[in-house]
Amino acid sequence: MPSILTVRNVGKTYKANGNETSALSNVNLEVRPGEFVSVIGPNGSGKSTLLKIIADIIQTSSGTVAMAGVPAYMPQDHALLQWRTVEENLLLPCDVKGIPREHMRGKIRGLLSEFGLEKYADQYPASLSGGTRQKIALLRAVLQDNALLLLDEPFAPLDAITRLETQTWLLSLVEKTHSSVLLITHDIREAIYLSDTIYVLSSGPGTIRERLSVHLPRPRNHGHLQTRDALELEKKLFSLLV
Amino acid sequence: MTHLRKLSSPFLLLAFLALWETYSRMGGISKTVLPPPSDIFYALFVYRDTLLVHTIQTVEEAVIGLFLAIVLGVGVAITLFLFPRIRDAVYPLLVLSQTIPVIALAPLLLIWFGFDLFPKVIIVVLYCFFPIAIAVSDALKAVDQNTVDLLKSMRASEWQILRFVRLPASLTAFFSGLRISTTYAIGGAIVGEYVGAYKGLGVFMQTSANSHAIVLVFAALAIVVFVSLLLLRLVTIAERLSTPWRYAEK
Repeated sequence: MPSILTVRNVGKTYKANGNETSALSNVNLEVRPGEFVSVIGPNGSGKSTLLKIIADIIQTSSGTVAMAGVPAYMPQDHALLQWRTVEENLLLPCDVKGIPREHMRGKIRGLLSEFGLEKYADQYPASLSGGTRQKIALLRAVLQDNALLLLDEPFAPLDAITRLETQTWLLSLVEKTHSSVLLITHDIREAIYLSDTIYVLSSGPGTIRERLSVHLPRPRNHGHLQTRDALELEKKLFSLLV
Repeated sequence: MTHLRKLSSPFLLLAFLALWETYSRMGGISKTVLPPPSDIFYALFVYRDTLLVHTIQTVEEAVIGLFLAIVLGVGVAITLFLFPRIRDAVYPLLVLSQTIPVIALAPLLLIWFGFDLFPKVIIVVLYCFFPIAIAVSDALKAVDQNTVDLLKSMRASEWQILRFVRLPASLTAFFSGLRISTTYAIGGAIVGEYVGAYKGLGVFMQTSANSHAIVLVFAALAIVVFVSLLLLRLVTIAERLSTPWRYAEK
């Protein structure tokens, strides 16, 4: 099956005060249609830089990124526009692309209703809980109807319980929309729970150290993390990262 | 507790006026130097028609000047943001321009433009433009980078990022600048009128002071305070209407 995203030998170097700092070096990875891929690495390993390169927010210094279409990107913070209601935030991609809002309104209302979020449609982000804000931001990414979702640590701002609930919610969303996902995380258990494939990124400069497949059945629940396969994978990932 | 807090300001004002009235009535100070509040209110009533003519003139100058300051301030802020090279050259000059006292420029403006409305409007603009321009200019730059990245990932143009993110995000700062400018507006118009005018509260105050009619100076001052507070209230209402998300239930 052809890849939806192919990253080949990507490197990123920053220049400051005459000094060069290498953030990424020789990074290779790919995402296939319908696949959930995670990139895990310690702080400062260039995970977010890699995602921004793929999202075409910053330019690569070397290597190539080949992709089918434009990806939908969700930054680490939910980045909901506080002056727009939930529905208006979901309409933002429409506004940017110049598509009449009426074309999307029905779909947005339907999706909000499907995930029990319709009561928030006319509310402003400031009045929502942290978990609900992340869900709305994830919905906004999905609603762009792009082949690939790029998620930069979407659960990092959440408390432990909300994080587990939102992870399961994301899985149901991805299954319903058949989206392909590239997730950035530093949480080993999160990566195992969500992913089909995990890339381990080492730091200084960031480079792919290992590619691991996750052989857990779908649909998943957090109980799967207690299976022997998951525990062994967790141990392996821990040894690679620490 | 909230009701008490709301009542405290009017109560303090009433207490101050009562104290002033009593002190003045007891002969603590000559009425010609410091007239009691009751005399000022009486003068407001007696001279209401004359004061209305002068007030309308001053308010007209202040409101037109404030409106132009908004247009100019926001326009300059957007231009400086869109053209960083111009910003680097112009921003220090803008700050430098504020070191020149407007009152020193007022006679020049009168010589150049005469005694009509226009020079007073320019003086109000000079007073009010800077807080708005600086507040909006800084706010346009200080937008959350995550949000800008999100728009870039959607392939939004710089103009779209300005329209969908930077301008709405700057509204709060704009209203902070506008509130400062509003407090300057009436004062700016009066400075212009002091230097030379046919009508306006500044002219009225100057004529009254020259005639030792101190009570009329105070009557005009009371109107200045009232009109300034009214303009500030209008700004607050406009802010509430323009930024409803700030007042949404948390």
